[in-house]
Amino acid sequence: MKKRHGGKKFECIPGRMAALLSSAIFTATILTGQALAADPIKIGVAGAHSGDLASYGLPSVKATELVIKAKNAAGGIQGRPIQLLIQDDACKPEMAVNAATKLVADGAQAILGHICSGATNAALGIYKDARLVVISPSATNPPLTQSGLNPNFFRTIASDDAQARMEVDFALNHLKLKKIAVIHDKGDYGKGLAEFAKSFLEATPGTQVVLFEGVTPGAVDYSAVVQKIRKSGAEAVIFGGYHPEASKIVTQMRKKGMKTPFISDDGVKDETFIKVAGKYAEGVYATGPKDTSKNPLTIQAIADHKKTYGEEPGAFFLNAYAAAQALVNAIEKAGSTDYDKIVTALRTVPVETPLGKITFDDRGDAIGVGFSMYQVQNGVYVELK
Amino acid sequence: MTMRKLFTLDEIKKSLLVALWFMVLTFPILAVRVNPIYKVVEWRWHNLLMVGIGAFLLSFPWRYFQGHGKPPEKSAAAENQALKNSKILLWRRHPWVRLCAVVLATGLVLSFPFLFSSYQVNIMTTALIYVVLGLGLNIVVGLAGLLDLGYVAFYAVGAYSYALLHLHFGLSFWLCLPIGAGLAALFGILLGFPVLRLRGDYLAIVTLGFGEIIRLVLENWNEFSQGPSGISNIPRPGLPGIEMSLNASSIFLYFLMIALTLFTILVVSRLRDSRIGRAWLALREDEIACQAMGIDKTRTKLTAFALGATWAGMGGVMFAAKTTFINPASFTFLESAIILSIVVLGGMGSMLGVILSAFILILVPEYLRAFSEYRMLIFGAVLVIMMVFRPQGLISNVRHRYRFEGLKTPPEELG
Amino acid sequence: MDYFLELFLGGLTRGSIYALIALGYTMVYGIIELINFAHGEIYMIGAFTALIAASVLAIMGFGPVPILFLAMLLAILYSCAYGYTLEKIAYKPLRHSNRLAPLISAIGMSIFFQNYVLLAQTSDFLPFPSLLPEVPFLEPYAYIIRSSEIFIILTTLVVMVLLSLLIRFTRIGKAMRATAQDRTMAMLLGVDVNRVISVTFVIGSAMAAIGGVLIASHIGQINFYIGFIAGIKAFTAAVLGGIGSIPGAVLGSLVLGWTESFATGYISSDYEDVFAFGFLVLILIFRPAGLLGKTAAQKV
Repeated sequence: MKKRHGGKKFECIPGRMAALLSSAIFTATILTGQALAADPIKIGVAGAHSGDLASYGLPSVKATELVIKAKNAAGGIQGRPIQLLIQDDACKPEMAVNAATKLVADGAQAILGHICSGATNAALGIYKDARLVVISPSATNPPLTQSGLNPNFFRTIASDDAQARMEVDFALNHLKLKKIAVIHDKGDYGKGLAEFAKSFLEATPGTQVVLFEGVTPGAVDYSAVVQKIRKSGAEAVIFGGYHPEASKIVTQMRKKGMKTPFISDDGVKDETFIKVAGKYAEGVYATGPKDTSKNPLTIQAIADHKKTYGEEPGAFFLNAYAAAQALVNAIEKAGSTDYDKIVTALRTVPVETPLGKITFDDRGDAIGVGFSMYQVQNGVYVELK
Repeated sequence: MTMRKLFTLDEIKKSLLVALWFMVLTFPILAVRVNPIYKVVEWRWHNLLMVGIGAFLLSFPWRYFQGHGKPPEKSAAAENQALKNSKILLWRRHPWVRLCAVVLATGLVLSFPFLFSSYQVNIMTTALIYVVLGLGLNIVVGLAGLLDLGYVAFYAVGAYSYALLHLHFGLSFWLCLPIGAGLAALFGILLGFPVLRLRGDYLAIVTLGFGEIIRLVLENWNEFSQGPSGISNIPRPGLPGIEMSLNASSIFLYFLMIALTLFTILVVSRLRDSRIGRAWLALREDEIACQAMGIDKTRTKLTAFALGATWAGMGGVMFAAKTTFINPASFTFLESAIILSIVVLGGMGSMLGVILSAFILILVPEYLRAFSEYRMLIFGAVLVIMMVFRPQGLISNVRHRYRFEGLKTPPEELG
Repeated sequence: MDYFLELFLGGLTRGSIYALIALGYTMVYGIIELINFAHGEIYMIGAFTALIAASVLAIMGFGPVPILFLAMLLAILYSCAYGYTLEKIAYKPLRHSNRLAPLISAIGMSIFFQNYVLLAQTSDFLPFPSLLPEVPFLEPYAYIIRSSEIFIILTTLVVMVLLSLLIRFTRIGKAMRATAQDRTMAMLLGVDVNRVISVTFVIGSAMAAIGGVLIASHIGQINFYIGFIAGIKAFTAAVLGGIGSIPGAVLGSLVLGWTESFATGYISSDYEDVFAFGFLVLILIFRPAGLLGKTAAQKV
């Protein structure tokens, strides 16, 4: 296996020029441009690896590393080792563009990322132009797939509207509640989801959105918002956002003696949420990929992570693991790194992942990733049938 | 302290103490890692050892340069004089040298996109945007001496004016460039009015607040700005009738940015030497004396804010055109801090310095990508080290002297 | 009325936390006129140290009361050490240069500390044990105020009183006041200015550590980024109250806490920060030196 950081050496400018020249000569002489058999296949991994959202980006890097390490140990793809090019975008569009052009310039042949929808959106144009396949483990913004503008984009996570639909249906039909407070974290992901939840609720006669508010992520406490939820007389809270804010709100609600059901998304369906909120997490509902904790692949992936990195995996780990497996499988089945062949393989050849057996539909959303509602019971997420 | 005295027993003892201190200091965070769920403590002694060795070794050059690096008792004026007389500057004035430099620079600038990869062109364009931003903020901070921590607000105004005007009215890039600049200038005046009476750090915090307010409004007012999910599919600038590939259009953007940068340099250097420019300098040096000399303080401050903001507006339009997608995440306080760092590191008021430091501060984090996760750690350290060893900035500003008999000195120009 | 009271007390708690951090800002500013942007990171490091100490002690089998005291003590000690080192590395060499140079090096230190903790510990959120005692007799009124909130408010009060006494009556307090007034003159009169500045940083850091431990155990989680937001808010509070003034910092923090709380309660939390900053601008327009700041006659 090649060294992990092999592809990210300082770019030496004369070296670069020489490389350019020689590659020009190379392509000129051998028009087919067939890569040598022992050439590594380069997969770019981009996402937030620094800044306030780093905790959502770094687990994907680890997931990909684990998948690739296993694959390389098994001889790579048709004898070619896989090499990772890891680039940070700090969840900012301009950094994402830089990371994307860097990956393209470094010769990445497929991309796993980005983490945030905004960054993904900004980078996609560059990948589309370079004809690279992109699989994101966590970019949930619906237009990314539904607009039809991004044929090269795939994801292993359900889009915001699907999750919001499920949360709303659950609150209305299963819990039989009518007055709902919708809270979000003002972020790309959380607010998008909350907007959908709100519009679904408003479209249902007889229900009422009693409160629609955003909280400031990272604020020292949320007692004022919690008081407001209390005063609004909400029978349930739907929260769009990530687990740190969710656990602060839930903890404060429960400590103030409120038993209002709390329904959230897969940014909250994370082990860290239960660890942080502790006993106050009990009874919280969250949507997430279908329960696969009995799946041997899942058990294997988590055990690998613990062994390699000495800690529990973080957010979107399984999504990223599945995405990496899907990508590796598609390249293997395609028999080359040709864009069209990889796309066809992703759409047609099912692959076994910790999320289940998946393929992708024409728009790029994963088929076979079931979605369920979970509830925290005795300190673990339990799937509700 | 000379080189010989660097390794005396005393010095080594000092360094040992420093090493010990850092080992104690970093002990809980670097050496211990607790897993509160499994109740296991992981002791990472090797980290501690590395810190000790690192601190021991680094403390020598640190002390050496602390003692040597800067002559502490030399006044700024004397230093300027020395710099002025130094060989490099005299060389710089030589016509042949200047010609050669100009030809070389032009050649490099023109051939750059054809020699290097699209990534290099791309980050160079980013760096040029920051050059323009730095030169703009330099008007406010460097020349007029008004500490602005919310400069990114005007950048956001520019970016969103292009994005929104295109989205709703289909206006083209070329039309939006002046509109964005104008809107940003308008916001500059809007911010300028309430803060006229404030000085120093009060001004800093109000501008910081202003920057945050703009960002929060963009984030929360969905009907207006599409909120945090941002605006996508902003077209890159093009020429009528010509279809450009991505690569071609990024090269086009690069040359556009070169043109804008040259335009900025030209205008800002003319501004600096104009009547209003000298009024800014006077305002920076002493507000009261400046008023006493009959300079209209209100107008001077407002023009500083407005003209500073104009460049941010143009930079913003370019930014939106370059990334083709914008959302409020790009306009945080950290961005303002980086632009301010460019100005301060460049040497407060020196244009060449600002240009240099914009390249350093924007390109360094990009090249540090090679260090992956250590990127931002190193960037923070670089900021501190550069400030500590060159507090006056890369190039301290050489003040113009206006003398009757000394008209021989040609007006200083860059580029 | 109940609702008003709830918001009032919520704002009071929030304000008390801001106050603990804002005091450090204001003291440093008073002495060397520097906005110490890395102060928020000191608070974060204090919280991390407490978490690590508490976890290790819990594994070693200590009871809750010794854990609270030992963790708090260690957090304070370490924050002080970091504050001291920070000043020596990033600010002391810049004491005679222009005013913006230390500001940039402060921003650099802030970025450095964040990434240092991110790399050395983790990027993820960590659960923080609730060290503060939850007193059961308050249970029926828990929806209005919790015992941990009372504890936070009381601690802030005690710290503030102690600090005022220290500044008013001790030798070092006198030296601090002298240095704040006129550094050169103080030096001429035999005040060891370097020591005074170090002590100021140490005291400021100690208060940030107390704030860090209290807030972390109140909200139950920390990560490397908590210092940044709290730092900016506390700095705003310090300016609002009149930077350099100790009662001003406390008043400014409380006003900011209430503004945020009432803005959320009666209007919308979407624009919570817009109201906070808008209010700040409004106050500074009418009182350009903050609520309690003195509009000192300018030296010409």
